[in-house]
Amino acid sequence: MTDTPRRKRPSSKAKGAPADSPGGKPARATAETMAAKQREISVSEFFAKNRHLLGFDNPRKALLTTVKEAVDNSLDACEEAGILPDLEVRIEELVAPPSPTKPGRYRITILDNGPGIVRRQIENIFGKLLYGSKFHRLKMSRGQQGIGISAAGMYGLMTTGRPMLITTRSKKGKPAHHLELAMDTSKNKPEVTVDIETEEFPDTSSGTGTRVVIELEGRYVRGKASVEAYLEQTAIANPHAEIVFIPPDKASSAEDADIAEGEQSSLLPHSSPASDSASSAVNDGSASVVRTTEHADRIIYPRAVGELPPETAEIKPHPYGVELGSFLRMIKQTEEKQLAGFFKNEFCRVPPATVSEIAKAASTKTLTLTGQTYISRVDHAAAERLYRALQDSKLRAPPTDCLAPIGVRTMLAGMLKGVKAEFYAASTRSPAVYRGNPFQIEAAIAFGGDLPGDQQARVIRFANRVPLLYQQSSCAAFKSIVETSWRNYGMSQPKGGAPVGPLVVMIHMASVWVPFTSESKEAIADYDDIRKEMRLALQECGRKLGTYVRRRQRMKRESEKRDVFERYIGEIAKSCEALTGAAAAEVYDALLKQAKRRTEIADAVLDEDGKIIAFADGNGRLDDDDGVIIVGPDGEPPSPPAGGTPAKPTTSRSDAEAPAPKRKPKRPAAAKPATKQPPTGKPRKKPRGHAPPGKKPSSADPTAPAPSHKSKPRMRLSPDGTLFEVA
Amino acid sequence: MAKKTTRNKPASKASSAPTPAKRESPWAHRDAKTGASLQKLADGVVKSALSGREPKFDVPTRAASNTKWNKSRGILQMGPATSSRELFNLGQARNFMQTLLHGQGIQALIAEGKTSSLRGMFYKSLHTIQGTKEKTFDDQTESDKVLEDIEVTLGALREELHVFAKKRGTMVGNITVIDSGDEINCRRMGSGGYAIPSICEPEVIQFKDVGADFILHVEKDTVWQRFNEDRFWETHNCILTEGSGQPTRGVRRMLHRLHKEHGLPVICLLDCDPWGHYIYSVIKQGSISLAFESERLAIPEARFLGIRAKDYEACDLSDDVQIVLNDRDIDRAKQIMAYPWFKEDRAWQREIKKMLDNGFKMEVESLITKDISYVTETYVPERLKAKDWLS
Repeated sequence: MTDTPRRKRPSSKAKGAPADSPGGKPARATAETMAAKQREISVSEFFAKNRHLLGFDNPRKALLTTVKEAVDNSLDACEEAGILPDLEVRIEELVAPPSPTKPGRYRITILDNGPGIVRRQIENIFGKLLYGSKFHRLKMSRGQQGIGISAAGMYGLMTTGRPMLITTRSKKGKPAHHLELAMDTSKNKPEVTVDIETEEFPDTSSGTGTRVVIELEGRYVRGKASVEAYLEQTAIANPHAEIVFIPPDKASSAEDADIAEGEQSSLLPHSSPASDSASSAVNDGSASVVRTTEHADRIIYPRAVGELPPETAEIKPHPYGVELGSFLRMIKQTEEKQLAGFFKNEFCRVPPATVSEIAKAASTKTLTLTGQTYISRVDHAAAERLYRALQDSKLRAPPTDCLAPIGVRTMLAGMLKGVKAEFYAASTRSPAVYRGNPFQIEAAIAFGGDLPGDQQARVIRFANRVPLLYQQSSCAAFKSIVETSWRNYGMSQPKGGAPVGPLVVMIHMASVWVPFTSESKEAIADYDDIRKEMRLALQECGRKLGTYVRRRQRMKRESEKRDVFERYIGEIAKSCEALTGAAAAEVYDALLKQAKRRTEIADAVLDEDGKIIAFADGNGRLDDDDGVIIVGPDGEPPSPPAGGTPAKPTTSRSDAEAPAPKRKPKRPAAAKPATKQPPTGKPRKKPRGHAPPGKKPSSADPTAPAPSHKSKPRMRLSPDGTLFEVA
Repeated sequence: MAKKTTRNKPASKASSAPTPAKRESPWAHRDAKTGASLQKLADGVVKSALSGREPKFDVPTRAASNTKWNKSRGILQMGPATSSRELFNLGQARNFMQTLLHGQGIQALIAEGKTSSLRGMFYKSLHTIQGTKEKTFDDQTESDKVLEDIEVTLGALREELHVFAKKRGTMVGNITVIDSGDEINCRRMGSGGYAIPSICEPEVIQFKDVGADFILHVEKDTVWQRFNEDRFWETHNCILTEGSGQPTRGVRRMLHRLHKEHGLPVICLLDCDPWGHYIYSVIKQGSISLAFESERLAIPEARFLGIRAKDYEACDLSDDVQIVLNDRDIDRAKQIMAYPWFKEDRAWQREIKKMLDNGFKMEVESLITKDISYVTETYVPERLKAKDWLS
């Protein structure tokens, strides 16, 4: 420790006598004595004392954060290695919470099929705070700071005294390393207590993988902001991952059971009927949807798309996003010799022409700057002038190949898996920039179906595919939902609130640097640029929803109308027979035909925007938009959401320099009819009971509202289309 | 169909033995006409159905907007407006069906040569629609309205549809009526009087020995009893009728025929309140809902004898007879004042205004406070003599 300006003079230390009194008995602190007490604060120690900053503030949250950090790490690792992630999260309750206020003791085990970790890095990754590959770079990834998993291990160690157990196999067929890891908080140094090689490692689909076991004090809860909610949402935003969750109430029964053989198939990449050989194994031909399934001992969030998110490039900082302090540090620390090299290699989007320009602008009478100027000659004032000139110069927006949006179809697949609704829409905005950081906003909505109609819409927020579970109201995503006018789309919305209705709204922000409001990464900071993009994405989805809702209302009305007509036609036919002698059956058939024709819209199949694509007779318009899925009343979706995408893991984005705002994979023609699922196979209604004279009425009860295949009886639309109620 | 049919035999008919033959012959051509127009209506529906067009028919509009005040004739008449009744119109489909159901029922009545009450018709066409829980009619009101629609649509009278209403109204006086072949001497009706039937068409009712000089029509039965007990019709040589409030079509048709066929003036003794004024208005010019029948019901020359608003002072009545006008009464009075046939009549304007100024209404019975027979022995004779009436 140096004796530099870090001197503090806490007055509390002064006991009475002045410090400078030479013979005073209770001597005041001197610079020397104080220096003895001054030492570096270990980062680990700091966080041990400030664990709330990392999301360990209460037992319940500690448990969630631990799972979250481990899952995030696993997913990141799998994706970087190009492996479709298979995760198993197991929580065992060792000691139940003795009272609602006291924590219990849990063992958390997370197993992935990632690339594994080489032996020498294990301690650093798990035992050291602020160690990681992610902080120093501008690259889209789940973790950003590299404090997550080690903090979780530290928390476990602190609360239970038990070390973190890590078993990892980084080469297929080779023994796995098993380490037990404690941490010396004062030195920010890992302490390895056990270090063995073992053959005991479960077979993963990739042959490699990592298992982390942490014992900690916590509380397992269900419901909002629970581990289950977190995993569910993770599954929605990461439909390429398969997650098996064994919660404590189920873990006991599953102690010895490995993944059941019968469910193995769901671990395999889901494939569409149209996809090629890669899809070989299962599910071929069936248009059934991949849905979360709950079993006796586990919840399985199956894989819904067989394609990894594209790999993202790492980018250099864009000058607009760099503050003066950082700029000065950069110029001080750079290994470049000349200004031109500095700007070229430390930043993006600063072409030589601009360098000359700003160098010129930053020059003074005494100091002329050019691209060839040695950096050593650039003093503080000159650097500051350079910075100003740089900020004033016109620069291109940062490249966007660093972003990997979830994508419309994948979002739909995820929503379809996790949310039981009847209408799904998604949209991906083009990349945009805030403070020099490229970002991209995506939104998806699910509507109707089994969703409760009398509650505020459920909002699920993601940053780089990680669910955000806390601090909803201070998040830019939530604010953008509130400021979107949902009434335009047929929802009711209290003033200054989120919409009310059978609605789930999802917002995802992908960015190389997601601006969180706090270290615990729970809410996205409210930048105008970000909020605007969010609103626009919501509006894109909302418009589709509005069209659908209005169309559905119309269909419902028409269907009710037909119901009424059909009810009276039989009577009319009989009366006509009595009055004129015309055959009642003939009149009945003629009138029924007319009634159907006049209300044919009720039979129409809707497209993504709620436009009619097909009538019951098979005629009609066909339209193509990947942004929407409409699910029939039987809960079966029209098509595999990721139809046509090969199930083979692919990480190359060779053909896409920048991500297209809307990825529209060309669907093979064969898949198309399934997408629209006209109800041809199954008549949308059973024949009604208003039989013509001579025909026996069917058992259908026509007084019940017409079961239009777009409307669920649980919900009612008011005539003006603004309100939904659960009957 | 027709499971629940109740065939109410009209009392007027049941009593006479030789009816069937008698009844059928005068109505035969009317029945033929009604049947033909019914069939035409249904034919149109069938034809449209089979050719893929929307079945519909036009129904003359029975609303104030389509009611014209024929000043020169002094009656309310129905205008030319019609509204279309369409099957494939959500608001009309049920009505469409009901119309045809009733059409079928009427055709059956015609075929059997029987008549049915309005309530009977309601039951005749009432059943649950096959395969549903919906009934063809919710209540009689719905059924009655459909029947009125059929009347105007076919241009047929209710009588021609073989439908009659509940009897209401009584008559007594110097006249003999032949009702379905039975001679009824209205001079010898005791205290009950002759119940005016619902159907008063010449085919059913004929007049004989009309000796009376005029008709005194009173609002309700209680007043009528007073006059009958005091043999007023005998002393003043008149016919005494009563309509139990708003007179039915039967009563109005009876008054109209006596007035037109025998030139008997109709003089009304009604309450001094908006309701009484309205009854007079209906007798005189017809009503909006039955504007299509005004020509055979309205009596533009009918007179309003009392009770008059001035009678409180003129007859020196006690305070106790006052019944305060409530808000509804006042609104109604103002509406009546604005009727075109009252609006230009200064005497009527004064009359209603006077009532409003009084702030109370009076019933005919209020005259009893003077003396039990004041109304028959003093009030009406004096007014008749002085020709002190409104017209």
